[in-house]
Amino acid sequence: MAAVEDISAQETVEPRGWIEGVPAAYWLVGFILLVMPTFASNFVLFQIFGWTFILGIIALSLMFLGGYGGMVSLAQMTVAGCAGYMLAIFGPSAITGISMNWPWYVAIPIALALAVLLGTMIGWLAVRTDGIYTIMITLAIAAAFFYFARQNYVIFNGFSGFNGVLPPQLFGVDWRGPKAFYYLTLFWATLCYFAVLYISRSPFGLALQGVRDNQRRMSALGFNATAHRVAAYAFAALLAAIGGILLTWQSAQISPGTAGIGPAIDILVIAVIGGLRHPIGPFIGAFIYVILKTFALDALVAVGLSGERFQLLIGLGFLIIVFWSPDGILGLLARWRENQGKDPLTDRGGDAP
Amino acid sequence: MRHFVDRHPIWSVVLFVIAAVLVWMIFAIWPDWMTDLIGRKKVFLNALFNGITLGGLYFLVASGFTLIFGLMHNVNLAHGSLYLLGGYVGYFTADVTGYWLLAFPAAFVVVAAFGVLLQIFVFRRMEGEDLRQTLVTIGISIVMADLMLWAWGGDFYNISPPEWLSGPMQTFFVTSVKRSGDLVYMKYPFVRIVIFAASVVVGVGMWLLLNRTRIGMLIRAGVDDRDMLSATGARIQLVFVAVFALGAGLAGVAGVVGGTFQSVAPGEDVRFLLASLVVVIVGGMGSIPGAALGALIIGLAEQFGSVYFPTYAVVLTFLIMVVVLAFRPQGLMGRN
Repeated sequence: MAAVEDISAQETVEPRGWIEGVPAAYWLVGFILLVMPTFASNFVLFQIFGWTFILGIIALSLMFLGGYGGMVSLAQMTVAGCAGYMLAIFGPSAITGISMNWPWYVAIPIALALAVLLGTMIGWLAVRTDGIYTIMITLAIAAAFFYFARQNYVIFNGFSGFNGVLPPQLFGVDWRGPKAFYYLTLFWATLCYFAVLYISRSPFGLALQGVRDNQRRMSALGFNATAHRVAAYAFAALLAAIGGILLTWQSAQISPGTAGIGPAIDILVIAVIGGLRHPIGPFIGAFIYVILKTFALDALVAVGLSGERFQLLIGLGFLIIVFWSPDGILGLLARWRENQGKDPLTDRGGDAP
Repeated sequence: MRHFVDRHPIWSVVLFVIAAVLVWMIFAIWPDWMTDLIGRKKVFLNALFNGITLGGLYFLVASGFTLIFGLMHNVNLAHGSLYLLGGYVGYFTADVTGYWLLAFPAAFVVVAAFGVLLQIFVFRRMEGEDLRQTLVTIGISIVMADLMLWAWGGDFYNISPPEWLSGPMQTFFVTSVKRSGDLVYMKYPFVRIVIFAASVVVGVGMWLLLNRTRIGMLIRAGVDDRDMLSATGARIQLVFVAVFALGAGLAGVAGVVGGTFQSVAPGEDVRFLLASLVVVIVGGMGSIPGAALGALIIGLAEQFGSVYFPTYAVVLTFLIMVVVLAFRPQGLMGRN
C-alpha cells in the first residue's frame, strides 16, 4: 500500500521537471559522495565506504525480494559467494591448479551468468512455498552451499578457498587502489540503486508488488504469479552477484566462510536494520553495520567489556529495531517525520496524510 | 494402511521390497559377494544403529520445533539456542549433583521456563506477524549464542553417562561367523539404546497427549483454526504458553541427550537448528509423525553418508531436502 501511495505522490510533482523534483539534500549527498576521496583517508574509502557499498548491494538484492516481492531469502549471500567463486575459478587467482586464468571480459560474464542461474534455481525451489517457509528453505540452501564448498576440493578448493583474486588492471588503473575501488563500488552501488528504483516503478515491479499484496487477485487478473516471483529472484541474483564479485576483489579472496550461515544472517540484519521499504535502506543498514564492526572493538574496550562481544551488540541492536520498528531506521524516520509539527492534543497536523 | 495400498499399488510393492531387503540385510549372515560389494556387515549395522539413534535425537529437537510451528505459525529460529542452553544446564546439573538422570528434568524445567518467558514477553506482543516473529527469533539466537559463549567459553563439554549405562551391550544381531563356526554378535553402546528407547517413549507420549487428552484436542483444534477455537471460548493463550513450554523443554532435553551422545559446544546450536529445519521440511511442517519420519531419514542419511561416501555426507541431507521440496513441497507427511 505504502509503495502505491508513494507513486501517486510522485506523479503530482512530475510537471516540475525531474531536476527540480529531486530534493536539495539528495544533491548534497551525491556531491559529498563524489568528492569524498579529496578529504577522506584511504582506510575510510576502502574499508568503510567500499565495504558499505558492497554489503549494501547484496542487502539491496534482499530488500528487492523482501520489500517488493514479500520473499525474505537468506540465500542472497550464497549467490554472491557463488559469483565470487566462479570469478576465482574462471579468472585469475593464486591457486593456479584450479583457476582457468581467463581474461576478465570472459570470466566476469560467466560468473554473473552462473550466479544468476543458481539464484533462479533457488528461487524456483523457494517459490513453491511462501512466507516464513521461504526463510527456512533458503537458510537450508545457504547451509548446503557452505558445506558443499567446504568439502569440495576439486572445484572449490575446500576449506581454504581461493586467494589472490585481483581485479584486472584496466585502463592502467589499479582497481584495488583505495580511490579507484571507492569509485568502482560507488558506481555499481548507484547503478544498482537506480535499477531497483526503476524496476519498482516499471510494470513488472508493480505487478510484483501486486503479487506480494494479494497473489490470488493477481492470478485472477491473469498475471503469472510464480513467473513474476522467479523473475524477481533472477534479478536479485544479478544484484547479489555484482556485490559478490566486488566483495571478492575487496578482500582478494573467497572461502566457504564468506558465504557461511553467519554472513547470510548478517545480510538479513543489514537489510532489516536499514528498512525493507525503500532501496536506500540497505545502504543505511550496511553503513551502520560496517561502522559497528569496525569500531565496536574500541568502543567495547573503552567501556570495559571485551571486544569479542561484538555479536552481542549487533544482535541486541537488531532485536531492538525489529521489536520496536519493523521497518528499520527508515520506519523510525518516517514515524518521527509524521509526528513532527503535530499538535499533541488534537493529534492533527504534520506531514501525515 | 489399506488405504495407502489401494491408492498406490506400485509404491507399496517398492516399499515392501525395500523393507524385505533391509530385513534380510539386518538378520542374514552376509555371503562373501555382499561383503565385497559394500563392505563388512559390522560397519553397515553400526551405521544403521547410529542413524536410528541419531534420528531419535533429531526427533527430540524437531518435534518441539514442529509443534510450535504447527500451532503458532512461528518459525522459532532460536530453537537451536534452546537446545544448546539445555545442554549447558544439563552438564552443570550432572556435574554438580553427580546424578545424570537429574540433568533431564533440570534442563526441561529451565528451558521450558525460558520458553514461557519468550512466549509471554516477545511473541504475544506480535501475534499474527509471522515474519517479524521469525526475525525476532533470529535476533534472540544471535544474542543467546554470544551470551552463552561469554558465560561458558568455547570449550567442549561432555556429559558422561553413569556407570551402569556406559559400556557396550551384546545384541542378537549376527555380524559374521568365525572360522570355528561360532557366531559373532554385534556390540553396541547401551546408553544409545536407552536414549533411543526414551525418545520413542517421548514420541508415543506426545502422540497420546495430542490424540487422547483434552489439552491435545485443544492443540489440534488450534492447529486447524485458531480463530474459531478462541471464538468457542477456549483460553488459547494458555494453550500457546503450554505448547511453547513443551516444545522448548523438549529442545532442552534433547540438549542433554546431544551432550551425552556428542558434546556441548558453541556452534552446535546452528547445527541442530539446521537439522531440525531439514527434518521438518522433509517430514512436513507441523506434523509430529512427519517429524519422526524426517528425523529417521535424515539421521540414517547422515550416518550412511559418512560411512559410504564421507566427503559429501553433509550435503546428502540437503540433497534429500531439495528432492522432497521439488516433488512434494508440503513435505512427506504434510497436509496441503
